[in-house]
Amino acid sequence: MAKIKGAVSVNVERCKGCELCVVACPTHVLAMSKQVNAKGYRYAMMANEDACIGCASCGIVCPDGCISVYKVKIEE
Amino acid sequence: MEEVRLMKGNEALAEAAIRCGCDGYFGYPITPQSEVMETLMLLKPWETTGMVVMQAESEVASINMVYAGAGCGKKVMTSTSSPGFSLMQEGVSYIAGADIPALVVNVMRGGPGLGTIQPSQADYFQTVKGGGHGDYRQITLAPASVQEMADFVSLGFDLAFKYNILSVILADGLIGQMMEKVVLPPYQARRTNEEIRKECPWASLGRTADRKRNVITSLELEPGPMEARNLALQEKYRTIEANEVRFENVGCDDADYLLMAFGSSARICQKAIEIAAEQGIKLGLLRPITLWPFCTEEIQRQLSHIKGILSVEFNAGQMVEDIRLAVEGKVPVAHFGRMGGIVPTPEEVVEAVKSNFNL
Amino acid sequence: MTAQDIIKPENLVYSKPSLLNDNTMHYCPGCSHGVVHKLIAEVIEEMGIMDKTVGVSPVGCAVFAYNYIDIDWQEAAHGRAPAIATAIKRLLPENLVFTYQGDGDLAAIGTAETIHAVNRGDNLAMIFINNAIYGMTGGQMAPTTLEGMKTATCPYGRDPQLNGYHLPITNLVAQLEGARYVTRQSVHTAAAVRKAKAAIRKAFENALCPEKKGASFVEIVSTCNSGWKLSPEKANQWMVENMFKAYPIGDLKNI
Repeated sequence: MAKIKGAVSVNVERCKGCELCVVACPTHVLAMSKQVNAKGYRYAMMANEDACIGCASCGIVCPDGCISVYKVKIEE
Repeated sequence: MEEVRLMKGNEALAEAAIRCGCDGYFGYPITPQSEVMETLMLLKPWETTGMVVMQAESEVASINMVYAGAGCGKKVMTSTSSPGFSLMQEGVSYIAGADIPALVVNVMRGGPGLGTIQPSQADYFQTVKGGGHGDYRQITLAPASVQEMADFVSLGFDLAFKYNILSVILADGLIGQMMEKVVLPPYQARRTNEEIRKECPWASLGRTADRKRNVITSLELEPGPMEARNLALQEKYRTIEANEVRFENVGCDDADYLLMAFGSSARICQKAIEIAAEQGIKLGLLRPITLWPFCTEEIQRQLSHIKGILSVEFNAGQMVEDIRLAVEGKVPVAHFGRMGGIVPTPEEVVEAVKSNFNL
Repeated sequence: MTAQDIIKPENLVYSKPSLLNDNTMHYCPGCSHGVVHKLIAEVIEEMGIMDKTVGVSPVGCAVFAYNYIDIDWQEAAHGRAPAIATAIKRLLPENLVFTYQGDGDLAAIGTAETIHAVNRGDNLAMIFINNAIYGMTGGQMAPTTLEGMKTATCPYGRDPQLNGYHLPITNLVAQLEGARYVTRQSVHTAAAVRKAKAAIRKAFENALCPEKKGASFVEIVSTCNSGWKLSPEKANQWMVENMFKAYPIGDLKNI
């Protein structure tokens, strides 16, 4: 059976740390960084990579267009 | 062949707008200029030249519609009368700030407030000195005949597009309402959108892939760029002052005293010159056609031989301040005016010359 | 398979539209404006109508919309966007002309322009961000502020005795003959964003209709977490609990 696996990349310098992507993620992939970006914001990052299903909910709710979402089908 | 008609000033203006390739008129009814929109609606130019004519919900809306059309590089205009022009000052200032070309006609009536529907010239300050907020100018044309009401539409648009500035035709109720013979200008085609894209590369017609976005705005939050915008505006105004002064000189060069008047009051002064001549007083008439830019140099040229200047205006003394600035105290400058819609007689003007200059 | 293996151009399924440029938006973290900007850019891009689109931006937080969406714009005086859009539409009848306004701009100072622009029935698309507050000037009371809601100019809560009632202007707009499509949406969840995007797409398609059919009006019930003094997440919750009662989500008119 094919399994869907996703991943996100966050434009760290564009992120303002609003955390709405963290809330929107149905599989609790995202968390906020400990570090801050050049503007002083903590930014979104993948904390639980394996759980990502590439649903793009995080990207869709992101007000700043920081998130790109990728997805692959893996045959098992 | 020339097309000669007997028309009201307001009607001639409307005819001229259609004929000069105007793309849009946006107005709101107000006396004494409602014939402008009425004439346009009767003529239905949208069926012939494609010109848009719209009755807006207020003067505030109509001037902003003019801003919109100007931002698209279209030849657009509105007309109004004094209280309406006050409401339009928001849009007028935005048009200045956004550097876009448009035409506004103010057929003045007496104020302040609701005032009267009778003719007046009391909006000189409002138009020549500002009216809206910020450091800006507008080219101001003062017609003194129905013919000039027609001719200044095309001139106003030409100047507006030459400098990306607002042109104002500052007429008064007398010029708007009176009927005279007028030679109508020939029809001129409206520009296509493709032509506008070439001639006005800044216009917001829709962004094509070969250029960046065009934004019509007057906003700059940073003081540096905002001052730069202001400096560019001031430089444009200096160019206009150097190149676009228009006036009529009627016998000034061998006169002893000058009358200065614009619009309707200049017509009264012409008769006053004849009456004064019969009494042995040599008067000339210097009639500014552009109220801004003002004919300062021409006034200064006359100072070598004249003994005094009387400014004749349908107001409490407005243009007279600019005359005094030009004269710099070198000869006596006086004002004669009536207000509230009263039009003075030529005899009154002659009496004012005699009493002010002890003749 | 690691994330690095997956993050490759051929696997991309979602990213911001290219018409939403790389300028950093000035909006506060979590602001609804950013999402709606993105949707507008996506719809224009997907419809392939950049060269025939003119946007009209308001006064208020969204004044700088023109810095972020790479299309032609006109920046309107406060409240005048609908009058400006009307004139552009009349002069460029084949273009998509849309307005983007907040509640202070559209429902207070620009009420006359809003009502008359819709009532004339031109094919305009009007996007209305309703967050019940004046954001840019620092959180003052808006016509849409809810009764009891605290703002800088009603610090003890909006009191109907003093300030009257919240103004559901979208309901008024829906009554007008000139309105073709009137809807109320939100952008607080991925599902809501998808619906809001469909509404904007419908409004833009309506606005390009060759026959004069009427205005399309999309209210986005939004948050202003800075003005509301809540975190973005809490602001969304507050919106669902309070704003949706006064401004229920759904279509009001669809002809």
